Amino acid sequence: MLFNIQRYSLHDGPGIRTTVFLKGCPLKCWWCHNPEGISFKQELIVHHKKCIGCGSCAQVCAYNAISLGRSINSVDRKRCVLCLKCAEECPAAAIEPAGARMTAEQVFHEAAKDKVFFDQSGGGVTISGGEPLFQPEFLYTLILNLKKAGISVAVDTAGYARWSDLALVSPLTDLFLFDLKLMDGRLSRKYTGRSNKLVLENLNKLARAHGNIQIRIPLIPGINDDQDNLESIGRHVRDLGLKQASIHPYHHTGVAKYEKIGCSYKLPQIEAPVPEAINRAKDCLEQYGLTIILSEGD
Amino acid sequence: MSEQIRGMNERIQGLRKQSVDTLPEISIERAELVTEVYRQYEGTVSVPLLRALTFQHLLDNKTICINDGELIVGERGPGPQSTPTYPELCCHTIEDLQMINDRSKISFLVSDQAKKVQQEKIIPYWQGKSIRDQIFNLMSREWLDCYYAGIFTEFMEQRAPGHTVAGDKIYKQGMLEIKDEIERTLGGIDLARDPGAGAKQEQLQAMSVCAEAIIRFARRHAEKAREMAALTRFPQRKEELLQIAAICTRVPALAPRDFWEALQCYWFVHLGVITELNTWDSFCPGRLDQHLYPFYKKGIEDGSLTKEKARELLQCFWIKFNNQPAPPKVGVTLKESGTYTDFCNINIGGVTPDGSDGVNEVSYLLLEVIDEMRLLQPSSNVQVSRISPDLFIRQASAVIRKGWGQPSVFNADAVVQELLNQGKSLTDARCGGTSGCVETGAFGKESYILTGYFNLPKVLEITLNRGVDPQTGKQLGPVTKDPRECLNFSELMEAFHQQLSYFIDIKIAGNEIIEKIYADQMPAPFLSIIIDDCLKRGKDYNAGGARYNTNYIQGVGIGSITDSLAAIKYHLYDWRHFIWDQFLAALAEDFVNDEKMRSMLINKTPRYGNDDDYADDLMREVFNFFYRAVDGRKTARGGTYRINMLPTTCHVYFGSVTGALPDGRKAGLPLSEGISPVQGADRKGPTAVIKSASKMNQLITGGTLLNQKFAPQLLEGEKGLSSLSHLIRSYFQLNGHHIQFNVIDRSTLIDAQRNPEQYGHLIVRVAGYSDYFNNLNEQLQNEIIGRTEHAGF
Repeated sequence: MLFNIQRYSLHDGPGIRTTVFLKGCPLKCWWCHNPEGISFKQELIVHHKKCIGCGSCAQVCAYNAISLGRSINSVDRKRCVLCLKCAEECPAAAIEPAGARMTAEQVFHEAAKDKVFFDQSGGGVTISGGEPLFQPEFLYTLILNLKKAGISVAVDTAGYARWSDLALVSPLTDLFLFDLKLMDGRLSRKYTGRSNKLVLENLNKLARAHGNIQIRIPLIPGINDDQDNLESIGRHVRDLGLKQASIHPYHHTGVAKYEKIGCSYKLPQIEAPVPEAINRAKDCLEQYGLTIILSEGD
Repeated sequence: MSEQIRGMNERIQGLRKQSVDTLPEISIERAELVTEVYRQYEGTVSVPLLRALTFQHLLDNKTICINDGELIVGERGPGPQSTPTYPELCCHTIEDLQMINDRSKISFLVSDQAKKVQQEKIIPYWQGKSIRDQIFNLMSREWLDCYYAGIFTEFMEQRAPGHTVAGDKIYKQGMLEIKDEIERTLGGIDLARDPGAGAKQEQLQAMSVCAEAIIRFARRHAEKAREMAALTRFPQRKEELLQIAAICTRVPALAPRDFWEALQCYWFVHLGVITELNTWDSFCPGRLDQHLYPFYKKGIEDGSLTKEKARELLQCFWIKFNNQPAPPKVGVTLKESGTYTDFCNINIGGVTPDGSDGVNEVSYLLLEVIDEMRLLQPSSNVQVSRISPDLFIRQASAVIRKGWGQPSVFNADAVVQELLNQGKSLTDARCGGTSGCVETGAFGKESYILTGYFNLPKVLEITLNRGVDPQTGKQLGPVTKDPRECLNFSELMEAFHQQLSYFIDIKIAGNEIIEKIYADQMPAPFLSIIIDDCLKRGKDYNAGGARYNTNYIQGVGIGSITDSLAAIKYHLYDWRHFIWDQFLAALAEDFVNDEKMRSMLINKTPRYGNDDDYADDLMREVFNFFYRAVDGRKTARGGTYRINMLPTTCHVYFGSVTGALPDGRKAGLPLSEGISPVQGADRKGPTAVIKSASKMNQLITGGTLLNQKFAPQLLEGEKGLSSLSHLIRSYFQLNGHHIQFNVIDRSTLIDAQRNPEQYGHLIVRVAGYSDYFNNLNEQLQNEIIGRTEHAGF
């Protein structure tokens, strides 16, 4: 199950890339900007702005889950059984399924379409999520197909997965983008829903097994941008012998998606970090001999 | 650098300001001089000689202008932005002149004196006699009906064929030497055995008069410079004027010896071409960096030139182009090409005649000049070969991402292949490039004439109505199969094919008549000196004297027609979402009662620009129909028909005469532009657009035009810059011909539309050229705003 194949992706590894987003994640980070990637099931996305108010969705819904307001549909998510008839019927694509079942072969075909750009730019395919390692067989087959076609592969993981699955794909993967958010176990449980014990164990093992790991640090004001956290990330990464990390400043673009899939956004209103704060974080991490990339967006 | 004050020093800043701030106006001087000659000589001398005497009279008598501080001299009119008319081609009525003065976009000041002269001297002589009047008298009823319905346009109805570019000849051969060659050729004519001897003699004599006339014209500038030198209080300016006088005495009589002379030499030739006739795409130095490089190198080596001096001369040169707006257009010609830009398009980079990398120091210098000057004219482009250095593409990309639409980017290797495919020699192909918007040509050796735009979606509209144009109610095409009776999609395509072939035939039949008018009545003996092999053959440029002769018909709206066909195939045949009666009724009513259907057509149809073969295969099918209907046919002057795919501003005009389309586009709105997808239809990012566009066999065309719009933040930083270069290289690896970028926020454009006074200097990419946003009419502004903006992911 995946929820997007994004072409011309510039911030998920080197060069021009296509990013495949697998659906479903064991973590529930408060700031997640791809909330439609969290659930392992299909969901309904409603783009209110696209609705032309024709009422087709309400007509076709056998469960009376859709009521038609003033050109704005609202979906009663409790009644909805995700039959997706409404999405099929909606002429404006205002209702869309989040999540599609595709075979690894189909995904490969789609992801390989930009090979000419990968070759030209030193790019490739990044498999992200959700948590890609939660669909290990699919992931393995997809990577295998891509590698056979001569395409470079990056896996973007939050590290919360079975080591055996990570070990399975590690030899085929050219680059790991490994998220590190919070070093404190208690805070980690609070803000991501899980302890970071497994994540750190996996990172430690992976650092020994794989030569190309880039640490990705989302920078969330008031949550993980304090000196203590950044320093312990820096220290930990340095001690593992890793050289590179990237900082991904929090942005608001994901907020609107929560409403579209009928979820509430947990994170209180916070501002995106100011450039000084980003530079402070960069300076802090650089103390540990790391090369820091500032991501311009992702 | 502020937008108002650009240029490397005060001299340039002043000249640039003068160029940008002066309002275009009509000068009636040329019309008067031309009429004088015709009154005196018409009917008493051969037509080529009449044209040569006209040229000579113009250059001997027109006002000579040398602007304060300028180093390259010569204006087409009496001063910067002062623009002549060409009554022998198009004799404006007084109402035309009033409208040209009054219109809100692309206007020219017209003085009462000019109107008086027009009324008293010009109209009485030219009315009914101008080429424009003749054309509309001679065209068939069918042609006129199609023309007024907007199925095609006609380039030559008020401007002369030109569509050509200078090679390197003028830097190697002075006009005196050319005169000698003319004499030798005249001497070699076999009067006893060559049935064309008389015509050749007339033509060559006319060429000789023109060569002499341009020398005299340059020397009038020398004289003027000397006069001004005697009067000036500034010793430095005095010295400059004396040097200008020396240069104008030498070139173009003799070949240039240094950088300055080379630029001035070209400029006189340029003025000659655009004074002789109102040629399309004005004229162009083509491969300027390669032509100038020997002079640059020599000057730097012997110490007579510095890079800064070269830069200053180039900036002066740039301003000269911007001082010459495209002469005023009226009628459909204004609609298809609504801009002051006259399409001189300077080529930078590419390969050398022996196939090695053509990028040199002047190439980089030109990129800096383009960026510093930021002028509408001249247009500029980089020719990127697979052997071009990365640094060159990066430097060009760094200018492109500043967002004002120059330089555009061409695939030098594809251009060579296109020319080879048309039968040019390898060397001629490598010396070629692109001009106008995106048109491929063998520079210095080819007459490649754009004859008119062709409205592909309109032909579909007519097909759906069995040959009737719903806008005019006229039966314009043959009665083809009723779509309701087309049992499958290929039957409908068959009907479309019949209509398309029929309209192409009408267009070409008209072209043949027009081509003959120009060959017989409007030779261009001066242009014929410049373009090989007119002199050698003793044949005029307009009569097929060039080494290669090509006629183009330019396809417009490939995105719109592809999406329309995809919608029909998908919704009416594959899925049967609608039936024909219902569908045709919705189209006829412009979807007023069928918003749901329209929404489905827009949102639930496989569309061109998404790397989806369902739509892209249909694009190929239409493209191949069009190609086969046109390509390879012969023209009256011995040329060959080809196609290319570009619109200038014609997609807006064609849209205005086309009803609702099956892709959900409402009646009257612009069509898709170039080979770009329908505005907003491409949803998978720039790589998918590039993949879709590259499925067109572009190498069999003479040029295609792909525009992409990027949010500025997508091109920020090192990654943004390198990704832009990679996109370009990848498209070219897939044999794409041309790509260009608008780098601007949608919100900025919307703000500019609301507050034009705050955006006087905002330049955007339109199609194959850039223009001030304020110069565009509202529909065109909206069209650009509506294009898909690739933003950050």
